[in-house]
Amino acid sequence: MIYDPIDIALLLGKIALVFFVILTLAAYLVFAERKVLAWIQDRKGPNRVGPFGLLQPLADLIKLLTKEDFRPIGADKWLFYLAPAMAAIPAIMIFAIVPFGAPLTLFGHTVQLQVSDLNVGLLLFMALSSVAVYGVALGGWASNSKYALLGSIRGLAQLISYELSMGLSLVPVVMLARSFRLSDIVNAQAGCWFIVYQPLAFMIFLISIAAECKRIPFDLPEAEGELVAGFHTEYSGMRFGLFFVGEYINIIVLGGLATTFFLGGWHGPFLPPAVWFSAKVLAFAFLFIWVRGTLPRLRYDQLMHFGWKILTPLALVNILVTGWWLVLRG
Amino acid sequence: MYGDCYPDMETYLFYILAAVAVIGTILAITEKHPVHAIVYLVSSFFSLATIFFLLAAPLIAMFEVIIYAGAVMVLFMFVIMMLDLGRTDEAGRPVLKQWLLPILLGGIILASIGVIAAGYASAPSAPGAITVRDFALTLFRKYGVAVEIISMQLLFAVVGALYLGRRRTP
Repeated sequence: MIYDPIDIALLLGKIALVFFVILTLAAYLVFAERKVLAWIQDRKGPNRVGPFGLLQPLADLIKLLTKEDFRPIGADKWLFYLAPAMAAIPAIMIFAIVPFGAPLTLFGHTVQLQVSDLNVGLLLFMALSSVAVYGVALGGWASNSKYALLGSIRGLAQLISYELSMGLSLVPVVMLARSFRLSDIVNAQAGCWFIVYQPLAFMIFLISIAAECKRIPFDLPEAEGELVAGFHTEYSGMRFGLFFVGEYINIIVLGGLATTFFLGGWHGPFLPPAVWFSAKVLAFAFLFIWVRGTLPRLRYDQLMHFGWKILTPLALVNILVTGWWLVLRG
Repeated sequence: MYGDCYPDMETYLFYILAAVAVIGTILAITEKHPVHAIVYLVSSFFSLATIFFLLAAPLIAMFEVIIYAGAVMVLFMFVIMMLDLGRTDEAGRPVLKQWLLPILLGGIILASIGVIAAGYASAPSAPGAITVRDFALTLFRKYGVAVEIISMQLLFAVVGALYLGRRRTP
Protein backbone atom coordinates (compact mmCIF):
# COMPACT_ATOMS: atom_id res chain seq x y z
CA MET A 1 0.00 0.00 0.00
CA ILE A 2 1.38 3.40 -0.94
CA TYR A 3 0.59 6.26 1.40
CA ASP A 4 0.45 9.82 0.10
CA PRO A 5 2.12 12.27 2.56
CA ILE A 6 -0.53 14.91 1.85
CA ASP A 7 -3.29 12.42 2.70
CA ILE A 8 -1.56 11.53 5.96
CA ALA A 9 -1.05 15.20 6.82
CA LEU A 10 -4.71 15.96 6.10
CA LEU A 11 -5.81 13.02 8.26
CA LEU A 12 -3.62 14.12 11.17
CA GLY A 13 -4.92 17.66 10.72
CA LYS A 14 -8.50 16.43 10.91
CA ILE A 15 -7.76 14.45 14.09
CA ALA A 16 -6.07 17.47 15.70
CA LEU A 17 -8.98 19.72 14.70
CA VAL A 18 -11.56 17.32 16.12
CA PHE A 19 -9.64 16.99 19.40
CA PHE A 20 -9.22 20.74 19.79
CA VAL A 21 -12.80 21.64 18.91
CA ILE A 22 -14.39 18.89 21.03
CA LEU A 23 -12.30 19.58 24.14
CA THR A 24 -12.84 23.34 23.92
CA LEU A 25 -16.53 22.88 23.26
CA ALA A 26 -16.83 20.48 26.20
CA ALA A 27 -15.19 23.02 28.53
CA TYR A 28 -17.48 25.79 27.32
CA LEU A 29 -20.51 23.51 27.54
CA VAL A 30 -19.87 23.30 31.30
CA PHE A 31 -19.88 27.10 31.37
CA ALA A 32 -23.00 27.29 29.16
CA GLU A 33 -24.76 24.81 31.40
CA ARG A 34 -24.03 26.89 34.50
CA LYS A 35 -25.18 30.05 32.73
CA VAL A 36 -28.36 28.54 31.31
CA LEU A 37 -29.27 26.85 34.60
CA ALA A 38 -28.72 30.17 36.36
CA TRP A 39 -30.95 31.86 33.82
CA ILE A 40 -33.67 29.22 34.28
CA GLN A 41 -33.45 29.61 38.07
CA ASP A 42 -33.31 33.43 37.91
CA ARG A 43 -29.71 33.72 39.13
CA LYS A 44 -26.66 35.31 37.52
CA GLY A 45 -24.32 32.31 37.27
CA PRO A 46 -20.51 32.56 36.98
CA ASN A 47 -19.60 36.18 36.13
CA ARG A 48 -16.33 36.91 37.98
CA VAL A 49 -13.51 35.59 35.74
CA GLY A 50 -13.11 37.64 32.56
CA PRO A 51 -15.91 39.45 30.71
CA PHE A 52 -19.28 37.79 31.50
CA GLY A 53 -17.31 35.05 33.27
CA LEU A 54 -16.04 33.78 29.92
CA LEU A 55 -12.67 32.65 31.33
CA GLN A 56 -14.32 30.48 33.99
CA PRO A 57 -13.54 27.16 32.19
CA LEU A 58 -9.84 28.11 32.14
CA ALA A 59 -9.89 28.90 35.85
CA ASP A 60 -11.67 25.59 36.54
CA LEU A 61 -9.05 23.73 34.50
CA ILE A 62 -6.18 25.31 36.43
CA LYS A 63 -7.91 24.50 39.71
CA LEU A 64 -8.46 20.86 38.72
CA LEU A 65 -4.88 20.42 37.50
CA THR A 66 -3.30 21.87 40.64
CA LYS A 67 -5.44 19.95 43.12
CA GLU A 68 -3.97 17.04 45.04
CA ASP A 69 -4.30 13.70 43.23
CA PHE A 70 -5.88 11.67 45.98
CA ARG A 71 -6.32 7.92 46.25
CA PRO A 72 -8.26 6.32 49.10
CA ILE A 73 -6.61 3.54 51.14
CA GLY A 74 -7.96 0.19 49.99
CA ALA A 75 -8.64 1.40 46.47
CA ASP A 76 -7.46 -0.80 43.63
CA LYS A 77 -4.51 1.31 42.47
CA TRP A 78 -4.30 0.67 38.74
CA LEU A 79 -7.99 0.40 38.00
CA PHE A 80 -8.64 3.51 40.08
CA TYR A 81 -6.11 5.42 37.95
CA LEU A 82 -7.28 3.96 34.63
CA ALA A 83 -11.05 4.27 35.03
CA PRO A 84 -11.40 8.02 34.20
CA ALA A 85 -9.54 7.47 30.94
CA MET A 86 -11.74 4.47 30.17
CA ALA A 87 -14.76 6.76 30.51
CA ALA A 88 -13.42 9.67 28.43
CA ILE A 89 -11.54 7.92 25.61
CA PRO A 90 -14.43 5.93 24.04
CA ALA A 91 -16.57 9.07 24.15
CA ILE A 92 -14.11 11.08 22.07
CA MET A 93 -13.29 8.12 19.81
CA ILE A 94 -16.91 7.88 18.67
CA PHE A 95 -16.56 11.28 17.02
CA ALA A 96 -14.11 9.70 14.53
CA ILE A 97 -17.06 8.39 12.51
CA VAL A 98 -19.29 11.49 12.62
CA PRO A 99 -19.39 13.41 9.32
CA PHE A 100 -19.35 17.09 10.32
CA GLY A 101 -19.42 18.75 6.89
CA ALA A 102 -19.71 18.22 3.13
CA PRO A 103 -16.59 16.85 1.39
CA LEU A 104 -14.08 19.60 0.49
CA THR A 105 -11.38 19.77 -2.16
CA LEU A 106 -7.96 20.81 -0.82
CA PHE A 107 -4.63 20.62 -2.77
CA GLY A 108 -6.37 18.53 -5.41
CA HIS A 109 -7.49 15.96 -2.83
CA THR A 110 -11.09 15.31 -1.92
CA VAL A 111 -11.30 15.57 1.84
CA GLN A 112 -14.16 13.94 3.69
CA LEU A 113 -14.95 16.08 6.73
CA GLN A 114 -14.96 12.95 8.85
CA VAL A 115 -11.96 11.25 10.40
CA SER A 116 -12.86 7.76 9.20
CA ASP A 117 -15.69 6.69 6.91
CA LEU A 118 -16.05 3.05 7.95
CA ASN A 119 -18.58 0.78 6.29
CA VAL A 120 -19.52 -0.43 9.77
CA GLY A 121 -19.62 3.08 11.27
CA LEU A 122 -22.90 2.67 13.09
CA LEU A 123 -21.72 -0.58 14.64
CA LEU A 124 -18.51 1.09 15.78
CA PHE A 125 -20.66 3.60 17.65
CA MET A 126 -22.57 0.75 19.32
CA ALA A 127 -19.29 -1.01 20.17
CA LEU A 128 -17.63 2.03 21.70
CA SER A 129 -20.68 3.09 23.66
CA SER A 130 -20.96 -0.41 25.10
CA VAL A 131 -17.31 -0.27 26.11
CA ALA A 132 -17.71 3.15 27.77
CA VAL A 133 -19.58 1.29 30.54
CA TYR A 134 -16.25 0.04 31.92
CA GLY A 135 -15.19 3.50 33.06
CA VAL A 136 -18.25 3.85 35.26
CA ALA A 137 -18.15 0.27 36.51
CA LEU A 138 -14.44 0.04 37.28
CA GLY A 139 -14.25 3.58 38.68
CA GLY A 140 -16.93 2.83 41.24
CA TRP A 141 -15.66 -0.64 42.05
CA ALA A 142 -11.99 0.34 42.39
CA SER A 143 -12.80 3.19 44.78
CA ASN A 144 -13.68 0.67 47.51
CA SER A 145 -16.46 2.87 48.82
CA LYS A 146 -20.08 1.88 49.26
CA TYR A 147 -21.55 4.97 47.64
CA ALA A 148 -19.28 4.63 44.63
CA LEU A 149 -20.09 0.92 44.32
CA LEU A 150 -23.84 1.54 44.52
CA GLY A 151 -23.52 4.30 41.93
CA SER A 152 -21.60 2.13 39.53
CA ILE A 153 -23.97 -0.84 39.91
CA ARG A 154 -26.85 1.50 39.08
CA GLY A 155 -24.85 2.95 36.21
CA LEU A 156 -24.09 -0.49 34.78
CA ALA A 157 -27.73 -1.59 34.91
CA GLN A 158 -28.93 1.67 33.40
CA LEU A 159 -26.38 1.76 30.58
CA ILE A 160 -26.99 -1.89 29.62
CA SER A 161 -30.76 -1.38 29.57
CA TYR A 162 -30.82 1.80 27.54
CA GLU A 163 -28.14 0.66 25.11
CA LEU A 164 -30.63 -1.94 23.95
CA SER A 165 -33.39 0.54 23.11
CA MET A 166 -30.80 2.88 21.58
CA GLY A 167 -29.56 0.14 19.26
CA LEU A 168 -33.08 -0.95 18.33
CA SER A 169 -34.15 2.63 17.58
CA LEU A 170 -31.33 2.86 15.03
CA VAL A 171 -32.42 -0.22 13.07
CA PRO A 172 -35.14 1.70 11.11
CA VAL A 173 -32.50 4.31 10.17
CA VAL A 174 -30.33 1.57 8.69
CA MET A 175 -33.37 0.09 6.93
CA LEU A 176 -34.15 3.45 5.31
CA ALA A 177 -30.56 4.33 4.39
CA ARG A 178 -29.64 0.72 3.47
CA SER A 179 -26.17 1.19 4.91
CA PHE A 180 -24.16 1.24 8.14
CA ARG A 181 -21.86 3.89 6.66
CA LEU A 182 -22.57 7.26 8.25
CA SER A 183 -21.87 9.27 5.09
CA ASP A 184 -24.45 7.12 3.26
CA ILE A 185 -26.96 7.75 6.03
CA VAL A 186 -26.39 11.51 5.71
CA ASN A 187 -26.65 11.39 1.92
CA ALA A 188 -29.88 9.39 2.12
CA GLN A 189 -31.38 12.38 3.96
CA ALA A 190 -30.54 14.94 1.29
CA GLY A 191 -34.21 15.19 0.33
CA CYS A 192 -36.07 14.50 3.52
CA TRP A 193 -34.76 14.08 7.07
CA PHE A 194 -35.38 10.74 8.74
CA ILE A 195 -37.14 12.42 11.66
CA VAL A 196 -40.11 12.90 9.29
CA TYR A 197 -40.34 9.15 8.58
CA GLN A 198 -39.28 8.02 12.03
CA PRO A 199 -40.50 10.39 14.76
CA LEU A 200 -40.95 7.48 17.19
CA ALA A 201 -37.44 6.14 16.62
CA PHE A 202 -36.11 9.68 17.12
CA MET A 203 -37.92 10.03 20.46
CA ILE A 204 -36.66 6.63 21.64
CA PHE A 205 -33.11 7.50 20.56
CA LEU A 206 -33.30 10.89 22.29
CA ILE A 207 -34.47 9.38 25.58
CA SER A 208 -31.86 6.63 25.34
CA ILE A 209 -28.98 9.02 24.74
CA ALA A 210 -30.11 11.12 27.70
CA ALA A 211 -29.79 7.92 29.75
CA GLU A 212 -26.43 7.10 28.13
CA CYS A 213 -25.10 10.54 29.12
CA LYS A 214 -26.37 9.91 32.67
CA ARG A 215 -28.20 13.25 32.58
CA ILE A 216 -31.26 14.27 34.57
CA PRO A 217 -33.87 12.68 34.58
CA PHE A 218 -31.60 9.62 34.31
CA ASP A 219 -28.71 10.68 36.58
CA LEU A 220 -29.18 7.89 39.11
CA PRO A 221 -25.54 6.71 38.97
CA GLU A 222 -24.51 10.04 40.50
CA ALA A 223 -27.67 11.05 42.36
CA GLU A 224 -26.30 13.69 44.76
CA GLY A 225 -29.13 13.45 47.27
CA GLU A 226 -28.59 9.79 48.06
CA LEU A 227 -25.17 8.66 46.82
CA VAL A 228 -22.93 11.71 47.56
CA ALA A 229 -21.66 11.79 43.96
CA GLY A 230 -22.16 8.18 42.84
CA PHE A 231 -19.39 6.38 41.02
CA HIS A 232 -16.93 9.30 41.14
CA THR A 233 -17.33 10.09 44.84
CA GLU A 234 -13.71 9.26 45.69
CA TYR A 235 -12.13 11.06 42.74
CA SER A 236 -10.52 14.49 42.93
CA GLY A 237 -8.49 16.82 40.76
CA MET A 238 -8.05 16.07 37.08
CA ARG A 239 -9.22 12.45 37.43
CA PHE A 240 -12.60 13.74 38.50
CA GLY A 241 -12.20 16.30 35.71
CA LEU A 242 -11.83 13.52 33.14
CA PHE A 243 -15.08 11.89 34.26
CA PHE A 244 -16.74 15.29 34.18
CA VAL A 245 -15.40 16.35 30.78
CA GLY A 246 -16.11 12.86 29.43
CA GLU A 247 -19.75 13.41 30.24
CA TYR A 248 -19.85 16.68 28.29
CA ILE A 249 -17.92 15.15 25.39
CA ASN A 250 -20.60 12.47 25.41
CA ILE A 251 -23.31 15.11 25.09
CA ILE A 252 -21.58 16.66 22.07
CA VAL A 253 -20.86 13.33 20.41
CA LEU A 254 -24.32 11.86 20.99
CA GLY A 255 -25.89 15.13 19.84
CA GLY A 256 -23.75 14.86 16.70
CA LEU A 257 -24.93 11.30 16.13
CA ALA A 258 -28.60 12.20 16.67
CA THR A 259 -28.07 14.95 14.08
CA THR A 260 -26.48 12.48 11.69
CA PHE A 261 -29.12 9.78 12.08
CA PHE A 262 -32.30 11.83 12.19
CA LEU A 263 -31.75 15.51 11.37
CA GLY A 264 -29.99 15.18 8.03
CA GLY A 265 -26.42 15.63 9.31
CA TRP A 266 -24.82 18.62 7.63
CA HIS A 267 -27.64 19.09 5.10
CA GLY A 268 -29.47 22.41 5.19
CA PRO A 269 -30.24 25.40 3.00
CA PHE A 270 -28.27 28.70 2.61
CA LEU A 271 -25.62 28.29 5.34
CA PRO A 272 -22.40 26.24 4.90
CA PRO A 273 -22.75 22.54 5.90
CA ALA A 274 -20.37 22.67 8.89
CA VAL A 275 -22.37 25.61 10.33
CA TRP A 276 -25.60 23.64 9.99
CA PHE A 277 -24.03 20.68 11.70
CA SER A 278 -22.73 22.76 14.63
CA ALA A 279 -26.08 24.53 15.00
CA LYS A 280 -27.93 21.22 15.25
CA VAL A 281 -25.44 19.79 17.74
CA LEU A 282 -25.61 22.90 19.91
CA ALA A 283 -29.41 22.75 19.79
CA PHE A 284 -29.20 19.22 21.23
CA ALA A 285 -26.80 20.41 23.92
CA PHE A 286 -29.21 23.22 24.81
CA LEU A 287 -32.08 20.74 24.94
CA PHE A 288 -30.16 18.59 27.43
CA ILE A 289 -29.41 21.60 29.64
CA TRP A 290 -33.00 22.74 29.44
CA VAL A 291 -34.28 19.29 30.42
CA ARG A 292 -31.85 19.27 33.35
CA GLY A 293 -33.25 22.56 34.56
CA THR A 294 -36.84 21.36 34.25
CA LEU A 295 -37.33 17.69 35.15
CA PRO A 296 -36.97 15.81 38.45
CA ARG A 297 -35.06 12.53 38.79
CA LEU A 298 -36.73 9.18 38.15
CA ARG A 299 -36.82 6.48 40.80
CA TYR A 300 -34.68 3.41 40.11
CA ASP A 301 -37.58 1.00 39.52
CA GLN A 302 -39.33 3.56 37.30
CA LEU A 303 -36.14 3.85 35.24
CA MET A 304 -35.88 0.09 34.74
CA HIS A 305 -39.57 -0.37 33.96
CA PHE A 306 -39.54 2.50 31.50
CA GLY A 307 -36.54 1.10 29.66
CA TRP A 308 -37.56 -2.55 29.50
CA LYS A 309 -41.34 -2.41 29.41
CA ILE A 310 -41.99 0.69 27.30
CA LEU A 311 -38.99 1.80 25.22
CA THR A 312 -37.70 -1.61 24.09
CA PRO A 313 -41.09 -3.05 23.00
CA LEU A 314 -41.95 0.23 21.26
CA ALA A 315 -38.66 0.14 19.38
CA LEU A 316 -39.32 -3.47 18.31
CA VAL A 317 -42.83 -2.63 17.08
CA ASN A 318 -41.38 0.34 15.22
CA ILE A 319 -38.91 -1.93 13.41
CA LEU A 320 -41.75 -4.27 12.40
CA VAL A 321 -43.92 -1.40 11.12
CA THR A 322 -40.99 0.10 9.21
CA GLY A 323 -40.27 -3.26 7.62
CA TRP A 324 -43.88 -3.71 6.46
CA TRP A 325 -43.97 -0.14 5.22
CA LEU A 326 -40.79 -0.64 3.18
CA VAL A 327 -42.14 -3.90 1.73
CA LEU A 328 -45.57 -2.48 0.82
CA ARG A 329 -44.05 0.66 -0.69
CA GLY A 330 -41.86 -1.62 -2.79
CA MET B 1 0.90 -8.14 -4.08
CA TYR B 2 4.22 -6.35 -4.02
CA GLY B 3 4.64 -6.62 -0.26
CA ASP B 4 5.55 -10.31 -0.32
CA CYS B 5 9.31 -10.07 -0.04
CA TYR B 6 9.46 -7.96 3.12
CA PRO B 7 6.85 -7.62 5.87
CA ASP B 8 4.66 -4.54 5.64
CA MET B 9 2.95 -2.58 8.39
CA GLU B 10 0.01 -4.98 8.60
CA THR B 11 2.31 -7.89 9.44
CA TYR B 12 4.01 -5.98 12.25
CA LEU B 13 0.62 -4.90 13.57
CA PHE B 14 -0.58 -8.49 13.46
CA TYR B 15 2.35 -9.74 15.54
CA ILE B 16 1.91 -6.99 18.12
CA LEU B 17 -1.84 -7.60 18.39
CA ALA B 18 -1.42 -11.37 18.49
CA ALA B 19 1.10 -11.03 21.32
CA VAL B 20 -1.30 -8.76 23.25
CA ALA B 21 -4.14 -11.23 22.73
CA VAL B 22 -2.14 -14.24 23.88
CA ILE B 23 -0.57 -12.49 26.88
CA GLY B 24 -3.93 -10.95 27.85
CA THR B 25 -5.62 -14.34 27.77
CA ILE B 26 -2.85 -16.03 29.77
CA LEU B 27 -3.03 -13.28 32.39
CA ALA B 28 -6.82 -13.58 32.47
CA ILE B 29 -6.42 -17.27 33.34
CA THR B 30 -3.67 -16.89 35.93
CA GLU B 31 -5.04 -13.74 37.60
CA LYS B 32 -6.71 -14.57 40.90
CA HIS B 33 -8.93 -11.54 41.08
CA PRO B 34 -12.04 -11.85 38.87
CA VAL B 35 -12.33 -8.12 38.05
CA HIS B 36 -8.69 -7.94 36.95
CA ALA B 37 -9.19 -11.09 34.90
CA ILE B 38 -12.11 -9.40 33.13
CA VAL B 39 -9.98 -6.36 32.28
CA TYR B 40 -7.25 -8.61 30.82
CA LEU B 41 -9.78 -10.60 28.83
CA VAL B 42 -11.38 -7.43 27.44
CA SER B 43 -8.02 -6.14 26.24
CA SER B 44 -7.45 -9.50 24.57
CA PHE B 45 -10.86 -9.19 22.85
CA PHE B 46 -9.87 -5.76 21.59
CA SER B 47 -6.71 -7.07 19.95
CA LEU B 48 -8.69 -9.94 18.44
CA ALA B 49 -11.18 -7.44 17.02
CA THR B 50 -8.37 -5.43 15.46
CA ILE B 51 -6.92 -8.62 13.96
CA PHE B 52 -10.32 -9.30 12.36
CA PHE B 53 -10.19 -5.77 11.00
CA LEU B 54 -6.78 -6.48 9.45
CA LEU B 55 -8.26 -9.63 7.89
CA ALA B 56 -10.80 -7.43 6.05
CA ALA B 57 -13.71 -8.59 8.20
CA PRO B 58 -14.82 -5.34 9.90
CA LEU B 59 -18.26 -6.71 10.69
CA ILE B 60 -16.85 -9.62 12.71
CA ALA B 61 -14.51 -7.16 14.45
CA MET B 62 -17.47 -5.05 15.55
CA PHE B 63 -19.44 -8.10 16.68
CA GLU B 64 -16.45 -9.22 18.73
CA VAL B 65 -16.43 -5.91 20.61
CA ILE B 66 -20.21 -5.44 20.90
CA ILE B 67 -21.06 -8.98 21.98
CA TYR B 68 -18.02 -10.17 23.93
CA ALA B 69 -16.42 -7.02 25.34
CA GLY B 70 -19.59 -4.93 25.52
CA ALA B 71 -22.24 -7.40 26.61
CA VAL B 72 -20.91 -10.71 27.97
CA MET B 73 -18.03 -9.27 30.00
CA VAL B 74 -20.15 -6.36 31.26
CA LEU B 75 -22.70 -8.87 32.56
CA PHE B 76 -19.91 -10.86 34.26
CA MET B 77 -18.75 -7.66 35.90
CA PHE B 78 -22.27 -6.78 36.95
CA VAL B 79 -22.70 -10.14 38.67
CA ILE B 80 -19.30 -9.90 40.38
CA MET B 81 -20.05 -6.40 41.66
CA MET B 82 -23.62 -7.22 42.64
CA LEU B 83 -22.74 -10.38 44.61
CA ASP B 84 -19.38 -9.08 45.86
CA LEU B 85 -17.42 -12.05 44.53
CA GLY B 86 -14.08 -10.25 44.54
CA ARG B 87 -12.60 -12.24 47.44
CA THR B 88 -9.22 -13.56 46.34
CA ASP B 89 -8.24 -15.25 49.61
CA GLU B 90 -10.66 -18.13 49.01
CA ALA B 91 -9.33 -18.95 45.58
CA GLY B 92 -6.32 -21.28 45.68
CA ARG B 93 -4.11 -22.35 42.81
CA PRO B 94 -5.10 -25.74 41.35
CA VAL B 95 -2.83 -28.64 42.26
CA LEU B 96 -1.12 -30.89 39.72
CA LYS B 97 -3.89 -33.52 39.86
CA GLN B 98 -6.42 -30.93 38.71
CA TRP B 99 -4.05 -29.70 36.02
CA LEU B 100 -3.47 -33.09 34.37
CA LEU B 101 -6.67 -33.38 32.31
CA PRO B 102 -6.62 -29.75 30.99
CA ILE B 103 -2.95 -30.19 29.99
CA LEU B 104 -3.82 -33.42 28.16
CA LEU B 105 -6.80 -31.89 26.31
CA GLY B 106 -4.88 -28.70 25.51
CA GLY B 107 -2.01 -30.81 24.18
CA ILE B 108 -4.36 -32.70 21.87
CA ILE B 109 -5.82 -29.43 20.53
CA LEU B 110 -2.38 -27.87 20.03
CA ALA B 111 -1.13 -31.01 18.27
CA SER B 112 -4.15 -31.01 15.92
CA ILE B 113 -3.59 -27.34 15.11
CA GLY B 114 0.07 -28.10 14.41
CA VAL B 115 -0.82 -30.98 12.06
CA ILE B 116 -3.38 -28.86 10.20
CA ALA B 117 -1.02 -25.88 9.94
CA ALA B 118 1.81 -28.06 8.65
CA GLY B 119 -0.35 -29.65 5.96
CA TYR B 120 -1.89 -26.52 4.48
CA ALA B 121 -0.52 -23.81 2.27
CA SER B 122 -1.53 -20.23 3.07
CA ALA B 123 -5.19 -19.60 2.30
CA PRO B 124 -6.05 -17.64 -0.83
CA SER B 125 -6.60 -14.00 0.12
CA ALA B 126 -10.18 -12.80 0.03
CA PRO B 127 -11.14 -10.64 -2.98
CA GLY B 128 -11.72 -7.63 -0.73
CA ALA B 129 -13.39 -6.58 2.47
CA ILE B 130 -16.53 -8.57 3.26
CA THR B 131 -19.36 -6.08 3.25
CA VAL B 132 -22.40 -6.06 5.50
CA ARG B 133 -24.52 -6.89 2.45
CA ASP B 134 -22.57 -10.09 1.63
CA PHE B 135 -22.73 -11.15 5.25
CA ALA B 136 -26.48 -10.52 5.52
CA LEU B 137 -27.23 -12.34 2.27
CA THR B 138 -25.22 -15.39 3.32
CA LEU B 139 -26.70 -15.44 6.80
CA PHE B 140 -30.36 -14.90 5.97
CA ARG B 141 -30.63 -16.51 2.51
CA LYS B 142 -28.23 -19.42 2.58
CA TYR B 143 -28.45 -20.24 6.28
CA GLY B 144 -31.87 -18.70 6.93
CA VAL B 145 -33.41 -21.87 8.38
CA ALA B 146 -30.48 -22.41 10.74
CA VAL B 147 -30.79 -18.81 11.99
CA GLU B 148 -34.48 -19.34 12.68
CA ILE B 149 -33.82 -22.57 14.58
CA ILE B 150 -31.11 -20.94 16.69
CA SER B 151 -33.40 -18.02 17.49
CA MET B 152 -36.09 -20.49 18.59
CA GLN B 153 -33.54 -22.10 20.88
CA LEU B 154 -32.75 -18.71 22.41
CA LEU B 155 -36.47 -18.19 22.94
CA PHE B 156 -36.65 -21.50 24.81
CA ALA B 157 -33.77 -20.38 27.00
CA VAL B 158 -35.56 -17.09 27.77
CA VAL B 159 -38.79 -18.89 28.64
CA GLY B 160 -36.84 -21.33 30.83
CA ALA B 161 -35.12 -18.48 32.67
CA LEU B 162 -38.49 -16.79 33.16
CA TYR B 163 -39.93 -20.02 34.58
CA LEU B 164 -37.03 -20.49 36.99
CA GLY B 165 -36.99 -16.87 38.05
CA ARG B 166 -40.71 -16.36 38.63
CA ARG B 167 -41.98 -15.67 42.11
CA ARG B 168 -43.53 -18.76 43.64
CA THR B 169 -46.84 -18.21 45.41
CA PRO B 170 -47.05 -20.39 48.51
